[in-house]
Amino acid sequence: MDSGTLSGILTGILIIAFLGITAWAYSKRRKKDFDEAANLPFADDDDTPDRDGHQDPTAQAGSDKDASRQVDSRDNEGDRNT
Amino acid sequence: MSTALEHPTYNYKVVRQFAIMTVVWGIVGMTLGVILAAQLVWPELNLGLPWTSFGRLRPLHTNAVIFAFGGSALFATSYYVVQRTCQVRLFSDRLAAFTFWGWQAVILSAVISLPLGYTTTKEYAELEWPINILLAAVWIGYAIVFLGTIKLRRTSHIYVANWFYAAFILTIGVLHIVNNAAIPVTSMYSISIYSGAIDAMVQWWYGHNAVGFFLTAGFLGMMYYFVPKQAERPVYSYRLSIVHFWALIMVYMWAGPHHLHYTALPNWAQSLGMVMSIILLAPSWGGMINGMMTLSGAWHKLRTDPTLRFLVVALSFYGMSTFEGPMMAVKTVNALSHYTDWTIGHVHAGALGWVAMISIGSLYHLIPRLFGRTEMHSVGLIAVHFWLATIGTVLYIAAMWVNGILQGLMWRAINPDGTLMYTFVEAVEASGPGYIVRLIGGLCWVTGMLIMAFNVYMTVKRGEGARQPLPQTA
Repeated sequence: MDSGTLSGILTGILIIAFLGITAWAYSKRRKKDFDEAANLPFADDDDTPDRDGHQDPTAQAGSDKDASRQVDSRDNEGDRNT
Repeated sequence: MSTALEHPTYNYKVVRQFAIMTVVWGIVGMTLGVILAAQLVWPELNLGLPWTSFGRLRPLHTNAVIFAFGGSALFATSYYVVQRTCQVRLFSDRLAAFTFWGWQAVILSAVISLPLGYTTTKEYAELEWPINILLAAVWIGYAIVFLGTIKLRRTSHIYVANWFYAAFILTIGVLHIVNNAAIPVTSMYSISIYSGAIDAMVQWWYGHNAVGFFLTAGFLGMMYYFVPKQAERPVYSYRLSIVHFWALIMVYMWAGPHHLHYTALPNWAQSLGMVMSIILLAPSWGGMINGMMTLSGAWHKLRTDPTLRFLVVALSFYGMSTFEGPMMAVKTVNALSHYTDWTIGHVHAGALGWVAMISIGSLYHLIPRLFGRTEMHSVGLIAVHFWLATIGTVLYIAAMWVNGILQGLMWRAINPDGTLMYTFVEAVEASGPGYIVRLIGGLCWVTGMLIMAFNVYMTVKRGEGARQPLPQTA
């Protein structure tokens, strides 16, 4: 087998792998898992500095931010073209 | 650092150390860049000394901004993100501390050895073999801490940012070790085990993948955590991020030969490099669009949040330079652009516009959280920094575009009898005004970084001050 045939076969394998990954990623069955994964950065929200109940002088700015998050954050769950 | 700042679960100490050093090395590396830019306008500024000559300071500048500034930013954010998204403490505190001090030792060795003239002459891999061995040890430690933390995770999924960070860590380890394989001759001199065109090919396989995995995959990891976090909504499409990851990883590896167009490299390898570089546009833009669309419905936040502005403008520059790169990899375009200032402009569109801006945006998100505050000391100063950085980058790349095209056209211009129309020095002379504009752009950047340092200092000081009473009350 010459090197041209080999690179042809390799290119074919890579194309199939790519199409496979795409089909897997976009399959309906994965939707729930991926939504869960997409929310991982927010799963662990202890951003507020007084995580041990200590009064923080900047707490007011923090509560404003929390309020705005509740209003307009989680209604957008990423791409909606399922 | 005050122990009152310790997080009950996570190791924030090493994150804080790396975050602070990111700012410090950013100032050092960018100041070196400004000195070099000034030397190109006024060559006497090399002081006539070997240690301060352009050829020795230039590798120090690139190492300082890429590995010291960018590297510290990657260490800081990857250690933070992996803990937060796996909900578990770092695999080993001691090994994490070793990566911090080891990394600083590597950088200090570079600061000493490069001006003294010790170099392997491989671009972005100039450090000599004893330093390379230390670097390899630190990197293996980093891989163990990072992958070990993922293994211990309490979540069922590995968040996409961690995939990008892991690919960056593993690939850079392999690239570093393969490209620096050398036979030591004396304590600070070694000879590469590769020779001729193979050496060049290995070097640019390393060089381009350092761009692809260090300066792209690593910072995309940052993007996939800090853009959703700062925009307060999940990434636009998680599925696109998976396709983005695998496509980018598969394609980047083959693009290196575009650094060696019209050289002794076999023609087929050059063409392969060109074609793969063009294909690379697709995953790059897929990722950029995914980041940008995360803001859909939240664009109004840009008005009030300069940190988010940093992150979004970084994505714009990423999109711009990943379009420019494939275009420059086309052989006919490369015939004009190669060896000119256009290349330098392209690198800085990526390095300042993408890498530095996404790092700075991430740090402005990270630092208050690490030091027990909700926001940076001054949001106004973040906005000032943002405008200095944006204007600085635009001045820099516009000047280099003009210079690069001017140089390319002057070098290839020929008289009817076939002789060259311009001598080389005429092209240098014509580049003078562009060099001054570039210097101004660089000064904007350093000023912005100094403002950032002040803002960070005030945030840290207040953060620790607010925490003082805790030991008594707790």
